[in-house]
Amino acid sequence: MTALTVKNLSSAYQKKIVLDSLTFSIEEGTLTGVVGPNGAGKSTMIKAILGLQPKMTGSIEFFNGKLKKLTNHLGYVPQRGAVDWDFPTNVLDVVTMGLYGQIGWFQYPGKKHRQLAFEALEKVNMAEYANRQISQLSGGQQQRVFLARALVQDADLYFMDEPFAGVDAKTEKTIIAVLKELKSKGKTVLVVHHDLQTVPAYFDHVLLLNKQLIAYGPTNETFTKSFLKKTYGGEIHWMGSDQFVESL
Amino acid sequence: MSYTAWILITGSLVGISCGLVGVLLILRKMAMMADAISHTVLLGIVSAYLISSSLDGGSMLIGAMLAGLLTAWLVQWFESTGIHSDAAIGVVFTTLFAIGVILISTSVGNVHLDVNHALMGEISFIPWNTVDVPIAGSIPQATLLLMIITLLVIVVIALFYKEWKVTTFDPALAASLGIPVLLMHYVFMTLVSVTTVAAFDAVGAIMVVAMLITPAAAANLWTDKLITMFILSAAFGAFASCVGYGLAIWLDTSISGSMAFATGILFAISYLFGPKHGQLSKWFYKPGEI
Repeated sequence: MTALTVKNLSSAYQKKIVLDSLTFSIEEGTLTGVVGPNGAGKSTMIKAILGLQPKMTGSIEFFNGKLKKLTNHLGYVPQRGAVDWDFPTNVLDVVTMGLYGQIGWFQYPGKKHRQLAFEALEKVNMAEYANRQISQLSGGQQQRVFLARALVQDADLYFMDEPFAGVDAKTEKTIIAVLKELKSKGKTVLVVHHDLQTVPAYFDHVLLLNKQLIAYGPTNETFTKSFLKKTYGGEIHWMGSDQFVESL
Repeated sequence: MSYTAWILITGSLVGISCGLVGVLLILRKMAMMADAISHTVLLGIVSAYLISSSLDGGSMLIGAMLAGLLTAWLVQWFESTGIHSDAAIGVVFTTLFAIGVILISTSVGNVHLDVNHALMGEISFIPWNTVDVPIAGSIPQATLLLMIITLLVIVVIALFYKEWKVTTFDPALAASLGIPVLLMHYVFMTLVSVTTVAAFDAVGAIMVVAMLITPAAAANLWTDKLITMFILSAAFGAFASCVGYGLAIWLDTSISGSMAFATGILFAISYLFGPKHGQLSKWFYKPGEI
């Protein structure tokens, strides 16, 4: 089944076009890296798909339109800087927020929900920090809290905005493990990603974006030198090692 | 009940209702919006008077609600067209406030409404303007209004507690969970407006900002738990009102001014001695120790 169908999606800030008629569809169970230079509209695309950013034109369809209610089917991992980490709350509480969509109006999270949140924290090796104030976390720990929150949501389609940006090696390993687990459960994941070197190792599909859609498809067909040059224009430097492209 | 008791009760209710709303204002980084709404409700009150030609609580509340929503909507709209948020707030609230001032001094003329009263409030008049209610007997009108609004604030915050928390901390997540973020924003703006108008008679438009912002800012320095912050902020607000009244009697000076000043003192104490983020605690504890 198709998890996500985007047709003719355009979006703008004031009068500046940031997304120019994107059309693509993403198969269920794939792990897609969204790659492109700064200002290519990667975050904007995710926000427009989720309805967090107004779109000028286009239509979005999830799971062939078969879902009556989208709530609880979409998971979103924002950039770490998107929230105020001085907010008065602790780690377990932030993870529990991922369950709020399932709890229902006028209800409070209970023991069962906190248990689920704690199990998610165990999966990202953050259980010992459950009662820690969120302002006292390192960048990598913050990212793992967000991941745990995404896991606990148990969504079908995940959008992650640069989860690998500026994290430590331990967190990077955890993120990879989580991505693998999600894929093995048949979930569909879109990840905005910056580090070109690791793209072939992490993702089975690649979406190349620079305001327009440059290419989308399986990594070995899409993540090629010619498509990348088209995506980055003159900005790309191969740092003397283009094996990672040729080894594909 | 005695005159002083009514004033202390009224002041405490202002402290509690403003303290609770203030927590969300601070955490949503909307302190300036409180300043704006506290002024534009004047336009709402004057307009309500012009239409209904009465100064009863109901029409004033509706007028204030509409003015508050108009302010929030106009600011949002200007922002969406690319005007900076602080500039948008500054332009919208001064203009709406100015319209209120013009209307007061031309058409309403010699009625009970005057600019000075609206800006500074006069809590010492409150106990004399009473209404009769069943069971409780005769209670001041402004105090009754504050009781209803305080109850409303508590109920709305408690019923939607988790929604307030998630829309404040991470609106994008809230939206992806299916929580109506924009609707919550306007509900909150309505709450700020009605709280402001209920506190108007007692402390006036300028001092209500102190009651909305300062106790919550002080509470933020004492705790890392949201629920504790709500309780502390309400308690600080009520305490500062009572201390402020005592101060005003002792120095024979403005009551609303003293109340606002008391919140400032509370904040200064919290800023220095607050166990979580106070300045002195930073000398005694290393990061991560508490």
